[in-house]
Amino acid sequence: MGPSLLTQVAAIAQRSVLRTARQPAVVVSALLFPMMFFSINAYGLDAAARIPGFPADTYMDFAFAFPLIQASLFGAITAGADLARDIESGFFDRLSLTPMRPVALLLGMLAGIVALGLLQGVVFLTVGVMMGVDVRSGLAGMVVIVVLMVLVALGFGGLGAILALRTGSVEAVESAFPLFFVAIFMSSINLPRDLIEADWFRFVATINPISYLVEGIRSLVITGWDAQALLLGFGCAAGIIVLALGGAAASLRTRVA
Amino acid sequence: MGQRNGIEVEDLVREFRKGPRAVDGISLTVDPGEVYGFLGPNGAGKSTTVLMLTTLLPPTSGTARVAGYDIVREGPQVRASIGAALQEAALDPFLTGRDHLRLQAALHGLSRAERKKRGDELLERVGLSEAGDRRVRGYSGGMKRRLDLALALVHRPSILFLDEPTTGLDPQSRSALWAEVSRLARDEGVTVFLTTQYLEEADVLADRVGIIDEGRIVAEDTPEALKAEIGRPSVEATPMEPEQRSAVVKVLSRFGEEIPSQPGAVAVRLDRGDLADVVRALDAEDLKVSNLRLDEPSLNDVFLEKTGRSLEGEGEEAQT
Repeated sequence: MGPSLLTQVAAIAQRSVLRTARQPAVVVSALLFPMMFFSINAYGLDAAARIPGFPADTYMDFAFAFPLIQASLFGAITAGADLARDIESGFFDRLSLTPMRPVALLLGMLAGIVALGLLQGVVFLTVGVMMGVDVRSGLAGMVVIVVLMVLVALGFGGLGAILALRTGSVEAVESAFPLFFVAIFMSSINLPRDLIEADWFRFVATINPISYLVEGIRSLVITGWDAQALLLGFGCAAGIIVLALGGAAASLRTRVA
Repeated sequence: MGQRNGIEVEDLVREFRKGPRAVDGISLTVDPGEVYGFLGPNGAGKSTTVLMLTTLLPPTSGTARVAGYDIVREGPQVRASIGAALQEAALDPFLTGRDHLRLQAALHGLSRAERKKRGDELLERVGLSEAGDRRVRGYSGGMKRRLDLALALVHRPSILFLDEPTTGLDPQSRSALWAEVSRLARDEGVTVFLTTQYLEEADVLADRVGIIDEGRIVAEDTPEALKAEIGRPSVEATPMEPEQRSAVVKVLSRFGEEIPSQPGAVAVRLDRGDLADVVRALDAEDLKVSNLRLDEPSLNDVFLEKTGRSLEGEGEEAQT
């Protein structure tokens, strides 16, 4: 009998975590940059909170979803680039020559993303609260924020894996980063949708699933427990996960066939 | 059904889009416990053959059975039976040697206790016990190659594929690797399929050699039989006085056709007579030589005869 799926996933996940932990620059930038952007936005755009109809008391509370979403994106691009690097270097072939189930590779890689996502979520919440972010949904809400953030990271991670498996190129994965970044900015990340003046921008933000991920997380900070926002947030995250992981699994089958 | 740890290949072809036929209908058989040397220059099709036999690249046509399993239809069974060290030692620079072995062992289903034991044993065997807990990015080329070999052996495979295992290694590391490959075949009965562009490597290690050029096998036999096919040794003489060179050429020409030689020397392939006859003939003409050498035919002579080109020096060139 071959090795269990759990053993294989654990081995790949352990490698993924070890790799990340042994690259302090990756960990530091994954923690530092989102918080840096957050600080700049929160203080620079604080006046936006005085716009009539603005849903939060401070822009800092409103913008707190930004580092969480951005961090998920960082994690996904890093993991996708790592996978592409494995393909380029032949390490993927080495793993393919073992009785490893292809799905173990995907799950192991995603486990690494989850680990980084958990670390980022806990650090950001701690720093955010210390900076004065008021999480209306309390401690339980913080846990839900981390869960939703990890789900977002999983979905983005699946997209990164598709890119890596389809192209086998680190450059291709990394060059997709600006596209993801644009997709985040074309959402309600900086302003509530009903306050976006340009019709086309409001339309794009409305059909952009990232808006609902952002609003799900944001609702826990600025509103408390908003069932509709949470349902939409978790629903979109689940949809992205299903599509991205389905696509990644299909790409993996093609590559190891 | 093929042999449990043998390799049977029939009319294997691999075509790449917009490219030539990298492998053009090769057929070969490797017996259990045999070391088979696949010798050829860069771009001859050696690595493509290995990728197909290890199931990493599907063939365009033809069939092959490895350890009795079809490489196309029974990939998982093939992979469970083989170990492979491919051309590039693909290692993770951020993991230690021991981390690599632990990962490989886990993926092969070894228990936690076995993983540690096997890891220690293999690190010891390839001389990396001291360096086992260091990250691979600090390893030399030779250390990486040795770790690569250890990784290929984690699950005690019955067939081992080594794709140019000593390219770029210093002589000491090369000898150590040769010794380990020989030991594996001799003591553990492992079948070894080894690609190389080093003539000496094929000569020293291989029970049988297949010479591949432009995707086709142009000769196949034991190194001794291949060299015997060429048959005749060559004699090279370096005249003591350079002005006597033409006289030495005249004398040596009586024994066979002139062939390329070292600068200042004269060499012929011996068609008649032996070294003693050559010495007597030179002495009779009162010609003094500073060096006189008898060379048995080499695998390079075989390659030269079969393809019209020399393989010597290929190993020093960059990989393609």
